[in-house]
Amino acid sequence: MVSIDLLVSLVPLFPLLGFVYVAFNVKRLNHVVTSVVACGSILFSFLTSIYIFAFLLQLPAENRTITIELFDWIKTGNFSATLSFLIDPLSSVFLLIITGVGFFIHVYSTGYMHDDEGYNRFFSYLNLFVFFMLLLVMGANYLVMFIGWEGVGLCSYLLIGFWFKNQDYNKAANKAFIMNRIGDLGMLIGMILIFVHAGSIQYLEVFSKATSIDTGTLTLITILLFVGAMGKSAQIPLYTWLPDAMAGPTPVSALIHAATMVTAGVYMIARNNLLYALSPASLELVMIVGLATALFAATIAIAQNDIKKVLAYSTVSQLGLMFLALGLGSFTSGVFHVATHAFFKALLFLGAGSVIHALSGEQDIRKMGGLKKYLPVTYLTFVAGVLAISGIPPFAGFFSKDEILAKAFEHNAIVWFLAVIASLMTSFYMFRLFFLTFHGKTRASDHAMQHIHESPRSITVPLMVLAVLSVIGGFMGIPEVLGGSHALNNFLSPVFAASQLHVEAHHLSHTTEYILMGGVVAFTLVMIGLAYSRYVSQGHVPAAEGETLTSAHRLVYNKYYVDELYQAIIVNPLYKISSALDAVIEKLGIDKLVNGVGEIVVFVSREARLLQQGSIGYYIFVMVFGVIALLVLNFIK
Amino acid sequence: MTNTQYIPIDYYIWLAAILFTIGILGVLYRRNAIVIFMCIELMLNAVNILMVAFSSYRQDAAGQVFVFFIMAVAAAEVAVGLAILVMMYRNTQSTDINILNRIKW
Repeated sequence: MVSIDLLVSLVPLFPLLGFVYVAFNVKRLNHVVTSVVACGSILFSFLTSIYIFAFLLQLPAENRTITIELFDWIKTGNFSATLSFLIDPLSSVFLLIITGVGFFIHVYSTGYMHDDEGYNRFFSYLNLFVFFMLLLVMGANYLVMFIGWEGVGLCSYLLIGFWFKNQDYNKAANKAFIMNRIGDLGMLIGMILIFVHAGSIQYLEVFSKATSIDTGTLTLITILLFVGAMGKSAQIPLYTWLPDAMAGPTPVSALIHAATMVTAGVYMIARNNLLYALSPASLELVMIVGLATALFAATIAIAQNDIKKVLAYSTVSQLGLMFLALGLGSFTSGVFHVATHAFFKALLFLGAGSVIHALSGEQDIRKMGGLKKYLPVTYLTFVAGVLAISGIPPFAGFFSKDEILAKAFEHNAIVWFLAVIASLMTSFYMFRLFFLTFHGKTRASDHAMQHIHESPRSITVPLMVLAVLSVIGGFMGIPEVLGGSHALNNFLSPVFAASQLHVEAHHLSHTTEYILMGGVVAFTLVMIGLAYSRYVSQGHVPAAEGETLTSAHRLVYNKYYVDELYQAIIVNPLYKISSALDAVIEKLGIDKLVNGVGEIVVFVSREARLLQQGSIGYYIFVMVFGVIALLVLNFIK
Repeated sequence: MTNTQYIPIDYYIWLAAILFTIGILGVLYRRNAIVIFMCIELMLNAVNILMVAFSSYRQDAAGQVFVFFIMAVAAAEVAVGLAILVMMYRNTQSTDINILNRIKW
């Protein structure tokens, strides 16, 4: 019998070994070996995660927290950090999502990246990413989480800029990295404050002392941590990097920028649920930011024409919904939506990747259309994904989204209303995307149509698996009102038990829930009908480049000019200040100082070298005189 | 108790001081490199005399051990120094140190 401690350490070890092996042999390995090593390492992690999950299940509910200390890492003064892992229901759910979805995306990548010259490099980055992501969710203290947090940021940077010969992609990678740094600063300060006030960085110790910290401090800490989450999880105002991050290969968008890394912020807040529950102001802020992001990004997504951009804004919007759930104090719903979103959004991205692959790299939905008959498998799986994200029962998205909406209604009808608007827009733009891509007339170029083909099995099989998960994934959280017992809620509740005491809970009558559910689904169907009539019956195609748009349309099409706004109020002033400082402090101050030192040395040397005039007798005289002088000096003293 | 103790220590100090001063003055005034070299040896030996004298006076062998070191080092120095002198003579046909005034900036 292998000890559970060992198994837990093995989960992140496999991807790390995979990374090391592939990275050190990047030039030597052939594609088959790389695929086997990279996918195999994630598969092993996945199997181990399943075992750990089963192990937790058979323990009594209140004992499902295992801490594994590998070694003391830093010990200085009263600060100590250990490299330790915390396995509890929350992290085990994330382990399953990361390794499970991660494994299928790895398999998909073997097909998608098949002809790429950076094949080995790609898989080494991907394995490294999974390693850091696992570290992030498994760490038992803030520091280990932070290592993972920064590590996934690094991998995100490397993979967005994977095709580094394109300067635009490099810029997108830089943008993602820098935006994340802004958030990370908040995160870091928050962690330091936690250490100052709680005297420890170990989660369990911090939580046990949380009630003794005053609310003002806790609010500050949680807001700072949330700033980190804003960066990583692309919330207003730090969301603009995520749509640009689509420069990376599509599997990367699916794995990092949809299913796992961007949900790190949700994980972080769910992990610190007690701290957030103790400071209502922060929860309120999380809710408002989440709701605003959900609405804002959804409106942008309606007018985008790049298949991946639409999905990217949809991801931002869905992340907003997750934060809304967290802000409402319903941490389980947030995590539930992370899980279902991981399934259907990974599916949608991979489906989009399959379309792009089939059309030789075309990403503009105006140049697609009518692909249904050419890509039957992609079409069918995409249907599942679109229905799931739109929240049509019984697909996965329905259960998680409905739960969030119900919580929103409990809280406040206005919040509910806005969330419903966001969710209706989601179904509209997703079906717009879907109809424009797969229905209607074919608008692709002749060149693309010559090479059109259904993707190979390595691509379609992961699609099918994820499609099945998108259909049945919601059944882990069937709410009581529909006759279920919400297995996920029961599983996760010990983690959130302490915080639920501080969050006021309301309960809706079953009738109200039925009405809400039915109403939302009915309106969703109306939106789908609208999308159908506009894009299929009327055959409407979004305006081509250069055509004049109505002002509202132009505003949305240009993403509310937020990038331009940031450029104008932050980036350009920064450049101006930098060039001013360069002209004054750098050129006149530092350069003068440094060159001045050099010039003084040159001058003094030029004068001093005259002392060395070659007469040996003189040297000896100076030496003897010097020795005598030293002796005399010593004698006098 | 050896006989040396009957000669007062002052005598040795004076002798060593005189030898040392002759060495210094020789180094300062003479221009022949070989003479300078010998004067340096003179200074070393002045110190040696002083060491041996004090060693005997204080019944402590450490001073005499030092003297052996100094002798060994001096022998090595002579080997190197004479080699330099030979090279100097070959190049300049002279042992006058003022010939070497080109060793400068």
